[in-house]
Amino acid sequence: MNEQVNLKIDNLSVSVDAGTTILAAARKVNIRIPTLCHHEDLCVAGNCRVCVVEQVGVDRLQPACAIPVSEGMEIHTNTMKVRNARKQIIELLISEHRAECTTCYKNGKCELQQLSNEYIVGENGFIPLVPLKGYTIDEFSPSIIKDDSKCIRCQRCVRTCDQIQSIGALTVAHKGGEMKVSTFFDKPMYEVVCTNCGQCVNRCPTGALTEKTYINDVWKAIDNPDKYVVVQTAPAVRIALGEALDMDPGEIVTGKMVAALRRLGFNAVLDTDWSADLTIIEEGNELLQRLKRVLKDKDPNVKIPMTTSCSPGWIKYIEHTFPDFLEHLSTAKSPQQMFGALAKTFYANKIGVDPASMVSVSVMPCTAKKFEANRPEMHASGYQDVDFVVTTRELAMMIKQAGIDFLSLPDDDFDSIMGESSGASVIFGATGGVMEAALRTVYEVVTGREIPFDGLNVMPVRGMENVREATIKIEGALPEWDFLEGVEVKTCVAHGLSNAKKVMESVKNGASDYHFIEIMACPGGCLGGGGQPLPTSPEIRQKRADAIYREDAGKKIRKSHENPEIVQIYEEFLVEPLGHKSHELLHTSYSPRNRY
Amino acid sequence: MPHSVDYIKRLADKHGRGLESLLPILENVYLDRHIISEDAMVEIARELDVSAAKVFGTATFYSFLETEKCGKYVIRVCKTITCMMHGKNQIIKEIEELLKIKLGETTPDGLFTLKETNCLGHCHKGPAMLINDTPYTELTPEKVREIINQYRVTAQKSAS
Repeated sequence: MNEQVNLKIDNLSVSVDAGTTILAAARKVNIRIPTLCHHEDLCVAGNCRVCVVEQVGVDRLQPACAIPVSEGMEIHTNTMKVRNARKQIIELLISEHRAECTTCYKNGKCELQQLSNEYIVGENGFIPLVPLKGYTIDEFSPSIIKDDSKCIRCQRCVRTCDQIQSIGALTVAHKGGEMKVSTFFDKPMYEVVCTNCGQCVNRCPTGALTEKTYINDVWKAIDNPDKYVVVQTAPAVRIALGEALDMDPGEIVTGKMVAALRRLGFNAVLDTDWSADLTIIEEGNELLQRLKRVLKDKDPNVKIPMTTSCSPGWIKYIEHTFPDFLEHLSTAKSPQQMFGALAKTFYANKIGVDPASMVSVSVMPCTAKKFEANRPEMHASGYQDVDFVVTTRELAMMIKQAGIDFLSLPDDDFDSIMGESSGASVIFGATGGVMEAALRTVYEVVTGREIPFDGLNVMPVRGMENVREATIKIEGALPEWDFLEGVEVKTCVAHGLSNAKKVMESVKNGASDYHFIEIMACPGGCLGGGGQPLPTSPEIRQKRADAIYREDAGKKIRKSHENPEIVQIYEEFLVEPLGHKSHELLHTSYSPRNRY
Repeated sequence: MPHSVDYIKRLADKHGRGLESLLPILENVYLDRHIISEDAMVEIARELDVSAAKVFGTATFYSFLETEKCGKYVIRVCKTITCMMHGKNQIIKEIEELLKIKLGETTPDGLFTLKETNCLGHCHKGPAMLINDTPYTELTPEKVREIINQYRVTAQKSAS
């Protein structure tokens, strides 16, 4: 047991582990100290100062987020001195913040606005500096808007980009009054190493970093009688959407979400889970082909380990950071883009709609998906395959705008075809999920038997550890796959790009000998994506993960290759995995990008 | 001018590739080239395995590391309160008229850049300015004219 420290906060005795901050100790006795630059996922910054408290015997106010407790400490969190200091700090922050709250995208969800409300900052005694400074608003990225006039320089975004993602697209540039959060040479986000993962958006306390919204484009399409609007919903949306609509984290709202989408006016409500199953078939077969060509044919041009390619943040990251390793990426498109390519070809044909009049919308837990949909190579159908991407947060806003009482909605089912899914596709939303889904299918293809894990739950690849490894020994391979007999297939799962970097470095310097690697750009996988409801914390992400595995366990079909609508599309349209049609519609290529 | 890739590699060999080597490398680049360019920063980032934005952030934090092309002589007039009270605004106005440029600009002949700087530690002898590494104190418009003239003459001599 750790050494315990006893102290008093507002005359309440509290005993905590040594090293705990005053802020965390206060939370233990249910005293809330306001914060702005503090975030549970990030290191201490101590730069905003709104968490100041009074310590008996110390003259200066102390930042509660940065000071560890000590024995016999006496803290007061609610004195006149503290309240006045906090109010003045908030006033100073607002004097440099374009506080046009009623028209701000973050209105109602802004932490500075909340604090201003709490401390009743009415008449501000400080001169507003916003008109005096030449702020820029960067709207060039299809994913993220960076509005410097709303930045309070708490540097949560800088720490996120550096610590969680190891990208460092954002930095603190210049100093003093000119200090600002900047990219390399203050270039637009679109031109630098930013992967559009949106983790900074998830952690920005104000409206300085937000997703670019496409809500109005979607409404326009729905309102246009000449357009046939299809919508797909990603696996991680259904386990988090409720949070943005007054529900607790970890609630599964699949049925209500489908009902709501129908009420919003979409012509067809379909499922990215379906195309996730399709991804497993294509990517799983690609893995087997690669293993065959490496292990049996000894082809030196084929690269293993193969890495997954579902996460568009990861794709852009590897294009910038490990451009020599692009051949390791699976050529399979992400489920969103597979869906998009098939919606305007197979599906349009099936329901007799002209693809030119079809509008394809996707609801994603992700801001990078907006960028992915706009990649020039994503026009396999002859049109832009996915027209508009909205995040989980944006869908919640649309549901509110439509006046729908979400909680009272009855459950509804997806349309068919391209609506049925297996449990294997549901777990795409959690880190390790794509690996588990692929293993369930690949093992069975090779051996003709189910993967030997209790209840098909491949526990070694689950969890929230930074990097996880699992080895699956192939025994009793079918004759076609005899070269895999006795082979120990080595897999690795990483989430968050700082972990991805570690794994890729081990591949680069030859320290690892993996066959297959799953990488998700965001912590926890898609469930912790940059488009998910706010706030985010390790605890909330764990609850979402639990919900995902519950949803999987409750599915009748657990394996992608047993999804009847997947069997159907191969029979009717695609013919075979990695076949001619697949290459045309479901696979892609990647290109190196700049280092800054 | 040496090509940045090999040049930065050599500097990294000399100063090291840890984060603590970033500033010495930046100083060295500035000393050699009088500017820390975009491509030099990208190469430094690659050598040190840090983000290019971090290199940019560090370079822009230090007033004496320039990220934009400057003249042969960089004039930095102290802008802090004591020099201000001693008349630095008149000094700047005088230099602007002499060189026909505004604060932050470089003369078309590439000789002078005019900037403001934070305290130079000569508060007792304000107004003060630096030209490259040489401090000049107790400035008057007349004194400034003489100093600038000297630099012009020196430059002419070295050119001919």
